[in-house]
Amino acid sequence: MFDIERWQEIFDTIRKNKLRTALTGLSVSSGIFILVILLGFGQGMQNGIAEEFKEDAATSLWVWPNRTTIEYNGLNPGRRIQLRNENFETITTSMGADFEKASMLYFPRDVKVVYNNDLLVYNVAGTNGDLQTIENEYLSEGRFINETDVQQNAKVVVISNKIKREVFSEVETPIGEYLTISGAGFRIVGVFGEHGEDEGEEERMFVPITTAQLTFNGADKINNMNFMLPELESFDEMVANNTAFTEQLSRYLKQKHNVSPDDDRAIRIWNPIQEAKRFFSLMDGIKLFFWVVGFFTIIAGVVSVSNIMLIVVKERTREIGIRKALGAKPWSIIGMIMHEAIFVTSISGFAGLIFSMGLLELVGPHVEVDYILNPSVDFNVAFSTVILLIIAGTLAGFFPAWKAVKVQVIEALRDE
Amino acid sequence: MIEIKNLHKSYKMGSNSLHVLKGINFSVEEGELVAIMGSSGSGKSTLLNILGMLDELDDGSYDLDGVPIKDLNETKAANYRNKFLGFVFQSFNLINYKSAMENVALPLYYQRVARKERQEKALKYLEQVGLREWAEHLPSELSGGQKQRVAIARAMAAEPKVLLADEPTGALDSKTSYEVMDLIQKINDQGNTILIVTHEPDIADMCKRIVHLKDGVIIEDKKIEQVRAAQYVQ
Ligand SMILES: Nc1ncnc2c1ncn2[C@@H]1O[C@H](COP(=O)(O)OP(=O)(O)OP(=O)(O)O)[C@@H](O)[C@H]1O
Ligand SMILES: [Mg+2]
Repeated sequence: MFDIERWQEIFDTIRKNKLRTALTGLSVSSGIFILVILLGFGQGMQNGIAEEFKEDAATSLWVWPNRTTIEYNGLNPGRRIQLRNENFETITTSMGADFEKASMLYFPRDVKVVYNNDLLVYNVAGTNGDLQTIENEYLSEGRFINETDVQQNAKVVVISNKIKREVFSEVETPIGEYLTISGAGFRIVGVFGEHGEDEGEEERMFVPITTAQLTFNGADKINNMNFMLPELESFDEMVANNTAFTEQLSRYLKQKHNVSPDDDRAIRIWNPIQEAKRFFSLMDGIKLFFWVVGFFTIIAGVVSVSNIMLIVVKERTREIGIRKALGAKPWSIIGMIMHEAIFVTSISGFAGLIFSMGLLELVGPHVEVDYILNPSVDFNVAFSTVILLIIAGTLAGFFPAWKAVKVQVIEALRDE
Repeated sequence: MIEIKNLHKSYKMGSNSLHVLKGINFSVEEGELVAIMGSSGSGKSTLLNILGMLDELDDGSYDLDGVPIKDLNETKAANYRNKFLGFVFQSFNLINYKSAMENVALPLYYQRVARKERQEKALKYLEQVGLREWAEHLPSELSGGQKQRVAIARAMAAEPKVLLADEPTGALDSKTSYEVMDLIQKINDQGNTILIVTHEPDIADMCKRIVHLKDGVIIEDKKIEQVRAAQYVQ
């Protein structure tokens, strides 16, 4: 490797066989280039698809009770389960679960909502401030229920856009107006809206949960609970996290309410990310697809580099014969050919690598196409590929060189 | 210098084999200039290739400068080729991307002579064959005679004990042939042992001994009065 004479001989050869060297180098570097770009876009597509699914897959989960269906601990099936404040507090304070938002809802029954002596037919729900985020509601005016309202049992109400449209068309703004709900006056503090398809749900108005329980004889009853879990790096992690939390919830609630561990219908937990799980298999398919494409691209690269080396060595058979006739030792010839092959494939391989990775680095972040996001390539993967191609090229050069060296000199010289 | 006894060589071609050399006995002293003649296919090249260690013998013995040449490993063979033998081919066999000087210097590379010294020596030998000014030219820019003279310079550069030439003038016109023979005679005058395969009687007459091959055996081996090539060369 550090034989200066050898290096000089190789540089001479390279300098005087510019076309051959250029063609070899070009095919190696373009092979690497294509491979890296392809892998990059494979990764980009993976990223893009993951992103699309991540958006769809809400990180929230909904909990609501039902009737038991299995006899348990001497209790008959058909018993109605009632969630209570205590359940919510246990979950939020002492379960150590990792969630971002938590809200509970209480739907008082038989409430009358009156405005200007008109009886209104909308639903009333008691909740806390986190619901806005969990149910993804936007504010049109004013504010949503907040913690202070909950703590102080404030008599405030947040109405929907639809209620505003239907009831408050006469006034400039409903904020500051009062609604009478089951005899108590509630001041309107905000107007909310639902996104897109959920617009139908704009039938509701929200009051602080504490106020609702107090005012409408709800005691400590709640009807359902919602949680929002944090967004994690990968979809897989999120699914794992959601599943773990769901199980924890279910175990606690079943045990607390004397529900059979097998009675999944008594306490329902709806976990939309589970729905997204079926996209998992799709993702796996896509990963596999790019893996296979990448694999065959590498194979193609290996084959073409090997081919080039084969041709190069074949072309030099006569030269090998001449060198042998002049007293070259077999290993000196093989070494020379390998040395040159490694040198040329390394230089051009890494040139292709740097160029293609540079291009991805520059262009990648600006790619804004559906299902393709930030195409990029793991440097280690690309690097190993270059090394693989160098090894392949070297091996592919080695065997014909070995053969050419092994035959009688006169055979090699006869080669045209 | 060269001692061969009962040398046999055959070529396998598919299932049958062609017996080319059928028991050659032959020796060459130091300083001889031998012409090997014979009709086409009589085995001249085969014999010379074996002597030059470019091919292997099947049977018999070959001693070169007292060293038995048989079943040598590749590295030893390479050493002997490099130190003992210089070969000149009918088709020159120059490396086409190397200049005349680099071609001449190549055997010295395999003797691990330093680059600078290689170049000096190569120029010295090119000078001897009268091609000093052509040192930087590629083989493709040289005439046939010039190419063969470069090849002879290359064969001589390693200072071999024996110079072997297979029809060195075969691709040249008669005037150029005489120039090459003049050169070979001068090299022989310096005491080098030389064997030449040739078809041409006038070339053979410029040697000191003529060996006739026919059907793989020597039918005639005689010493002759050498004709000097210099008289045909201005
Ligand atoms: N590699 C080979 N494989 C098979 N047969 C061969 C091979 N080399 C030579 N021969 C045969 O061996 C015989 C002798 O060949 P050789 O080249 O020694 O002849 P030659 O005397 O040099 O002839 P020429 O004057 O035409 O050069 C020929 O019949 C030839 O066809
Ligand atoms: Mg011949």
